[in-house]
Amino acid sequence: MPSRRSQLGTEPPASEITPETRYFRRREFIRNTALFAATATAVGGGLRFLVRGRRVTDRERAQTVAAARAPLPIAARSEYAGGEALTAERDVTSYNNFYELGTAKEDPAANAHTLRPRPWTVTIAGEVRRPRTVDIDEVLGWFPLEERIYRMRCVEAWSMVIPWVGLPLADFLARLEPTSRAKYVQFTTLVDPEQLPGQRRRVLDWPYVEGLRLDEAMHPLALLAVGLYGKTLPGQNGAPLRLVVPWKYGFKGIKSIVEIRLVERQPTTTWSAAAPNEYGFFANVNPAVDHPRWSQATERRIGELHRRPTLPFNGYGAEVAHLYAGMDLATYF
Amino acid sequence: MRLDAASAPLVAAAPAAAPSRRRKSPHPWLVPGVVAGALAPLVSIALRAARGELGADPIAQALNELGLVALILLTASLTCTPAKSLFGWTWPIRLRRILGLLAAFYATLHVLTYAVLDQGLDLSAIVDDVVKRKFILAGAATFVMLVPLALTSTNAAVRRLGFARWKRLHRLAYLAGVVGALHFIWRVKKDLREPAVYAVVIGALLLARLATQIPARLGRGRVAD
Repeated sequence: MPSRRSQLGTEPPASEITPETRYFRRREFIRNTALFAATATAVGGGLRFLVRGRRVTDRERAQTVAAARAPLPIAARSEYAGGEALTAERDVTSYNNFYELGTAKEDPAANAHTLRPRPWTVTIAGEVRRPRTVDIDEVLGWFPLEERIYRMRCVEAWSMVIPWVGLPLADFLARLEPTSRAKYVQFTTLVDPEQLPGQRRRVLDWPYVEGLRLDEAMHPLALLAVGLYGKTLPGQNGAPLRLVVPWKYGFKGIKSIVEIRLVERQPTTTWSAAAPNEYGFFANVNPAVDHPRWSQATERRIGELHRRPTLPFNGYGAEVAHLYAGMDLATYF
Repeated sequence: MRLDAASAPLVAAAPAAAPSRRRKSPHPWLVPGVVAGALAPLVSIALRAARGELGADPIAQALNELGLVALILLTASLTCTPAKSLFGWTWPIRLRRILGLLAAFYATLHVLTYAVLDQGLDLSAIVDDVVKRKFILAGAATFVMLVPLALTSTNAAVRRLGFARWKRLHRLAYLAGVVGALHFIWRVKKDLREPAVYAVVIGALLLARLATQIPARLGRGRVAD
């Protein structure tokens, strides 16, 4: 016997031998194991479905970044972010608020393929010498494009540093020759539920409308952007034409603009109409005036772990504070 | 498997003096299966965090997912009693305690993520948040309600408190569900669809509970469940 055992050599150790009771209950054991696995899978799958913790892999994000963006000729570059590190391009193009393409942060990048940035026209209307509709490519020929690195502070207390490509709004407006009655500029986003599927639901009162006082719009920091990171804007960032006003909360930066209208009265802007106690017309970045539901004193720079203090006018106070001299910024928030 | 003491009276219709050799649960896979499935979101968050796949604002993503799982599990725990009283199903009752504990576990992780990672343990900022912002106050209140419920979830606690008092205390779970849903509603900027679903479900469960409780009370004058 002993010699035979050693010859076999493959006999399992006693610890691995199935206990007799378990052996006789193996059917029950197999059944319970299967039911355990099925329960765990159902519960785990159900939670996954409800939480929709969407996996945004780097590869998917890289594809988003690469999708259909042409390089732009850049005539001048300037840096207005105090030398701070740029936010990664994949974050700038995958973490967006653009409710016309969905309300979750990752929705716009996922749905942007429906937006067709060409052909595209912009209607110039209201108090200007020659109202007309111009093709976006014609506008691009009017001025040499500039790269501007700006901080971007979202009203939700996160921020980025973004290298925009665009043209100064002041130059654009001067070319339109506003009349003496023009006091405000009103911008309107495209309405087309085919291209902007988020508009099938009335989350906001479409079209999205934003506005600036004329002196704000004529400030040299205000930019009409057509690109970022040296290439044309991706849909989720507001292709083909969007507003960038770096001293104001990000929602002032209206995307996918189809109309620019010079007006006499302050326009009703979308968020200020949707929740007047939470979002004002001016929406200047102001750490001293909290959003009713969260503090604006600090922000999280995307890519960083710790919050940092928010700066008045997003750090552009030296350039723009004079526009609001004498105004109570807690009233005109 | 243990039949939790709290649920015992609910299944009193079943032969109370079941033969003692029948101590094993008829579904030994049920609670372990639910626990394993319910831990999947945590494993998923941890894996994605380690690989840098939680998106551009990973702290906000983890915070939101943990909070949502807590609310889902709390809602699920509230379905157990109505499932028994409306449909006569007894197996969900076996899950009530573990679902509540898992909800409290996720709520704790949610609160820790907020306090440690989001706010960097800045106590003055946290206190400021809680007193000034109703959605954070609602969240804090929900957590404060879940803690005593989790601590008194053992059979020993039921014996210590006495069943009637224990049951009265554990009705707080409904209030926690309602306030937890409010926390979600008040947080959202504009798109209310998702939080509204939880509010409606929890409201319906509360109504179902009241609907079965009140007639029973008026009816036979015995201590109704």
